[in-house]
Amino acid sequence: MANPLLQFNDKGIYCAAGDFYIDPWKPVDFAVITHAHSDHARGGHKHYLSHHLSRGVLKYRLGEIQLETAGYDEAIYRNGVRISFHPAGHIIGSAQVRVEHKGAVWVVSGDYKTEDDGISVPFEPVKCHTFISECTFGMPVYKWKPPQEVHDDINIWWKRNSEEGRATFIAGYSLGKAQRILQHLDQSIGKVFLHGVIANTHEALESDGIRLPPASRLTPDTNREEVRKGIIICPPSAIGSPWMRKVQPFSFGYCSGWMTLRGARRRMAADRGFVLSDHADWSGLIKAIDATQCECVCLTHGYTASFVRYLRERGYNAHEAHTYYGEEDEPAELVHETGQPADIFLTAESGGNNPDRVLKGEDIQAGDQTGRPAL
Amino acid sequence: MKDFASLFAALDETNKTNEKVRVLKEYFISVSDEDKIHTLALFTGRKPKRQINSSLVKLWAIEMANIPQWLFEESYQVVGDLGETIALLLPETTGRQDRSLGEWIAEINNLNTLTEEERKQWLQQSWSVMDQQERFVFNKILTGSFRVGVSQNLIIKALSEISGLEQSTLTHRIMGNWDPLTFSFYDLLQEKDASDDISRPYPFCLAYAIQETSDQSKTAEEMEEALGDPGNWQAEWKWDGIRAQAIHRDGNIFIWTRGEDLATGKFPELHPFLSALPEGTVLDGEAICFENGKPMPFNVLQTRIGRKNLTKKILAESPMAFIAYDCLEFAGDDIRSMPLRHRRQMLERLHEHSAFQDTFRLSPIVPFESWQQLYDLRLRARENQAEGFMLKKKDSVYQTGRKRGDWWKWKIDPLSVDAVMIYAQKGHGRRADLYTDYTFAVWDGDKLVAFAKAYSGLTDQEIKQVDNYVKRNTLEKFGPVRTVTPALVFEIGFEGINRSSRHKSGVALRFPRILRWRHDKKIEDADTIDTLRAML
Ligand SMILES: [Zn+2]
Ligand SMILES: [Zn+2]
Repeated sequence: MANPLLQFNDKGIYCAAGDFYIDPWKPVDFAVITHAHSDHARGGHKHYLSHHLSRGVLKYRLGEIQLETAGYDEAIYRNGVRISFHPAGHIIGSAQVRVEHKGAVWVVSGDYKTEDDGISVPFEPVKCHTFISECTFGMPVYKWKPPQEVHDDINIWWKRNSEEGRATFIAGYSLGKAQRILQHLDQSIGKVFLHGVIANTHEALESDGIRLPPASRLTPDTNREEVRKGIIICPPSAIGSPWMRKVQPFSFGYCSGWMTLRGARRRMAADRGFVLSDHADWSGLIKAIDATQCECVCLTHGYTASFVRYLRERGYNAHEAHTYYGEEDEPAELVHETGQPADIFLTAESGGNNPDRVLKGEDIQAGDQTGRPAL
Repeated sequence: MKDFASLFAALDETNKTNEKVRVLKEYFISVSDEDKIHTLALFTGRKPKRQINSSLVKLWAIEMANIPQWLFEESYQVVGDLGETIALLLPETTGRQDRSLGEWIAEINNLNTLTEEERKQWLQQSWSVMDQQERFVFNKILTGSFRVGVSQNLIIKALSEISGLEQSTLTHRIMGNWDPLTFSFYDLLQEKDASDDISRPYPFCLAYAIQETSDQSKTAEEMEEALGDPGNWQAEWKWDGIRAQAIHRDGNIFIWTRGEDLATGKFPELHPFLSALPEGTVLDGEAICFENGKPMPFNVLQTRIGRKNLTKKILAESPMAFIAYDCLEFAGDDIRSMPLRHRRQMLERLHEHSAFQDTFRLSPIVPFESWQQLYDLRLRARENQAEGFMLKKKDSVYQTGRKRGDWWKWKIDPLSVDAVMIYAQKGHGRRADLYTDYTFAVWDGDKLVAFAKAYSGLTDQEIKQVDNYVKRNTLEKFGPVRTVTPALVFEIGFEGINRSSRHKSGVALRFPRILRWRHDKKIEDADTIDTLRAML
């Protein structure tokens, strides 16, 4: 039997026929990147291939890298292997990677969600023989409400805070969640402010031609009165920073799929937990997998063992793959690895090309590239 | 029920005490008196009797959710709470309901008149008209697992603000044996003396711990500085039993344990002395196993408490006594506001006249002239089967709950060993998504042998680091348990140690907890089983 088109090895998902990796976690010569989140796009590779809309953020996060980009559905060949990107609906520029060689078609999903978030190109199922899918929320307890309901809840909460004289902090990933929150805020309530890391991310996205609703970078000179009536979008690492405590009184909300569980909500100790995720929920995963009409599924991220068992009972040839994606993707965000609250005034200079600084507390990778924690 | 479900959600969502009180007040003002008293009952642990057992509830939920049973079980592992798991797994609601909390509780109480099939229909029908939050609190009530993260003090505060009654009055009135079906909100607000419920205990006065770690105990000088003149303090041994209040009123006797359980039937040996006391007497003390004039180890008591039936054998193996240390009611008068030295005199008088001095014992006052003297005595606490000292200010009144300043517990240094973490399991509730429960091992030759499970003691930051380590270093998964590469060393403290044939290590620890993470130690530096054996 011929070698499988893609294999998991100690560096990442490898295509021997084309001699390239997809989202490798150790340095390689040629890396195809599904999206710019740090557990998928790591530093140290010689060449990168990503979607056009990941360019700005990849350069902002990883510094000067040798990067080639492509659009959705555009074919790129390496050693006769056909590579193409397809919308994953996860964040701006996120893609599934389709790999075709000698009649075999494999798709690596990267991270994805199936509903339209109004900001990234919506997910499109791609037919394939083998589908390598994430399953971060692969448990039936995870069921998302229609996103519009969540955005309405956020606006109602903000309005009430503003009327009662409390500042509003809302936390979510700087790449993905922050843009999605911003897109749906009702700006008739007040002004929108951005934490430095998010403002930097927005500049990087805008350099790729993305248009985002108006929002200003929070600086030490920002008018306090406007801040009190407004909403501040910040990464979770900013929670509890000394400056935030100075803006008393305030209410603090947290957006994540993990907020489904009461335990997680209470542990975050947020005033409000909004269940808003950029990953597919249980039924989204099943629908997406069914739509590929694949024969074989490999699962990464999250509840792989249970999800594999469930798919097998449904007749799939399903396997668990061991990767270094995801396990600390969103939960790590709940976690401030350093214990040091990031400075909410993080400026462009200090953010810049210094990934340590920028990624503090967010999408974080503890320890070295092997995934061993720094204890 | 809608109001009650949103009250629960609102309380969950805020950490601010004032905000919680505000939410409670808004709720109490807006609902009927019937719902007020049901809420109060639920919030103070007076749950309706469970009418359907949880395995049936689970079975019917699985059927309605239409998922395999194993997937339900794994979901439960992830969520950590049965009521919440069911609420999350059931299909979208198909209707709505407007019944009050009281009406729902009445339906639950009437379930015993229905057949099993009718109960199932009733339950699935009820679920189908509730939203997720309603289902959650409803499940908690139904399965008898309702608990709320709000202290009784906050509820009392809110009720006191809307009723104008003193907090201490309300605290006392909501104690005891009342039932929301017969005790109304009107009754709660009426001025009546304690005699309307002769079983009613007083709120226990609790002590603060003198803060110490295993390698830094307080010196005599520090004690002097903190507490002042030793002449103002009464020292007693801290007994290793169960805190209890013994009541004799109107020819009836009641024994309440801390946590407000009426446990009269559990302690038959104490009935004769209690019945012989004058009517209108309430004593505070410790129920403890006693043999040949000496307290027995706590695990004897624990075994006894765990038994449903008190057989002759158990009574013979674990004879009970009551060590009294305070008198709260004397000749029908509430004397809690008298200074301790007077209450003590009354207690001694009662004891003197008792014909049952082997079961009714006085907690002896340990005389001391200086803190240094007490410090030295404390090192010998274990010889006296005690956990250290209780220090009480002689002129103090009997406080309600935990108030800083008058009562202190000064425990002996905890026993401790350095151990290696070998298994981890996810926590429940607040920590359902983190590995927080660990199993620890010590060396037995060249093998690591598990000897204790512990989960408390680490900071949130440390828990996250350990959680990360566990996820990255899993060797095997057995259901919810992960075996991890042994590498992390922790100092484990515990209160006592006993021989145990049920445990592989041959020892069982009492109250094991993590004292700290020993980053400075390698697994080779961990203690051996011999160290533990030497402590037996
Ligand atoms: Zn991602
Ligand atoms: Zn990911």
